[in-house]
Amino acid sequence: MLVLDQVYWRAPDGEEIVKGVSLEIAPGKLTVVTGPNGGGKTSIAKLVAGLMAPTAGRILLDGEDITAMDITGRAQKGIAYAFQQPVRFKGVTVRDLLEIAAGNPLEEDELCGLLGKVGLCARDYMDRPVDASLSGGESKRIEIATVLARKDAKFLVFDEPEAGIDLWSFTNLIDVFGRLKEERSRGLFVISHQERILEIADEVVVIAAGQVRLSGSRAEVLPQLLAGEKQDLCPIHQRA
Amino acid sequence: MNSVTEKLLKVVSDFSGEFKGAYNIREDGGCAARQSTKHIHIESKQDKPGIDIRIDAEAQGETVYIPACVTHGNVDDLVYNDFYVAAGADVTVIAGCGVHTNGEGEARHNGIHRFFLEKGAHILYKEKHVGVGKGIGLRRIDPVTEITLGEDAVLEMETIQLGGVDTTDRRTRATLGPRARLTIHESLMTDGKETATTEFAVTMEGEDAAVDLISRSVAKGESRQSYHSRIAGNCRCTGHSECDAILVDHGTVNAAPELYAGDLDAALIHEAAIGKIAGEQIVKLRTLGLTEEQAEAKIIEGFLRGK
Repeated sequence: MLVLDQVYWRAPDGEEIVKGVSLEIAPGKLTVVTGPNGGGKTSIAKLVAGLMAPTAGRILLDGEDITAMDITGRAQKGIAYAFQQPVRFKGVTVRDLLEIAAGNPLEEDELCGLLGKVGLCARDYMDRPVDASLSGGESKRIEIATVLARKDAKFLVFDEPEAGIDLWSFTNLIDVFGRLKEERSRGLFVISHQERILEIADEVVVIAAGQVRLSGSRAEVLPQLLAGEKQDLCPIHQRA
Repeated sequence: MNSVTEKLLKVVSDFSGEFKGAYNIREDGGCAARQSTKHIHIESKQDKPGIDIRIDAEAQGETVYIPACVTHGNVDDLVYNDFYVAAGADVTVIAGCGVHTNGEGEARHNGIHRFFLEKGAHILYKEKHVGVGKGIGLRRIDPVTEITLGEDAVLEMETIQLGGVDTTDRRTRATLGPRARLTIHESLMTDGKETATTEFAVTMEGEDAAVDLISRSVAKGESRQSYHSRIAGNCRCTGHSECDAILVDHGTVNAAPELYAGDLDAALIHEAAIGKIAGEQIVKLRTLGLTEEQAEAKIIEGFLRGK
């Protein structure tokens, strides 16, 4: 279980972005975090992966307090994190990144397996540098593949995996999450605005203005969210 | 051949006990071993130190090795190696250089390589430099490469120096005929108090000649690097140079690219970037489980290898 316990985070300019968020991400389940832009979703993902340190509160991984643990330590403990904006390198290849993620050299059929899941042909891509020569969609798919390559990861965090991805890739992406969910072995923590990702969620959490506004099973939360689209006032704010 | 030479050969030219094909092994200013083949002839120069390598048109897919090693201090080795490549030949040249000193004396190798490629010839030229040994004597390598490409000739040069050389002055000059193509990929890493000077001068004289010049360097410790490239296009031609450097610790890099267009249809581009490793790159690799130091090493490894 990945637990956020009353987590706060204040930006360097003094603005409080995350205001006492408590969450439980269960192993073997797909938890989708959604909500308006600027509400603090990406900050929460970064706090989980250790890219930022909370100003207050605790983060627990299977009962262990990892709040003070750095990025490397958390990765080694089993947290994998897919960036919303994939990082570009010079010279570092797709194969390099996937082998670092896997922790060992990979045979071509293993590379095919990983890249195939994100709709890329290994032969065309494995020796390509992860640089600006890749399109936005290609680099996003490779970013997702680096997380899929993390064999020992217990919790996979995806920050808006659909951002910058084309429609064809998106259909494949839904399949990837569907398959990961069926494995039921790892906790999936996905930040998304996409209805199709919400539709396959086990749990849905709505974050707005730095707080949890709604959370529960998909069956409980989704109808309220979708109903909101037809109302004059957002039901989230009505509840608040 | 002594044991230091054998070790250096392993590093600079992947030597594993024997070379297959044509080779000339130079050790402390003398010839340690040599072999010609049916289509690649190696002969000593009569008027100065060095060799002439004559490659026939029939040489296709062969590799010729010409490594040079300086195994102790107080050696100042100067050598002239000239390659005469007949029309249509297609050969790989592996020229490594290793300098080693355990004493106070300077170990220096100054190799002057000249390439003359006739019509349609193709050479892949690989050059790797390394300095080893614990002596306080300077390890110094000053390579000069002069390239003359006839029409449709192609030369691809990969030059690598990844440490241990206290000071290096690397000069490469080339003249390109019609439709000739030259690509150069330089990888350079300096550390400690090392200094490296690199100078490229490429002149395109024949219509539709093309040059692609890529330099990737890393300056660590207190090391200092200086880069100057000059691409001159005197006809319809294309030229591209890219100079990227990563700074670590207190390393410094001076990059001075220069383009000269002497014709309306000369299309010349230069790209340059110098800076420390982007923080987000280190963060990404740390999220995959590497420490900061491991991440930095991987980023540098990829950067220097990359094309």
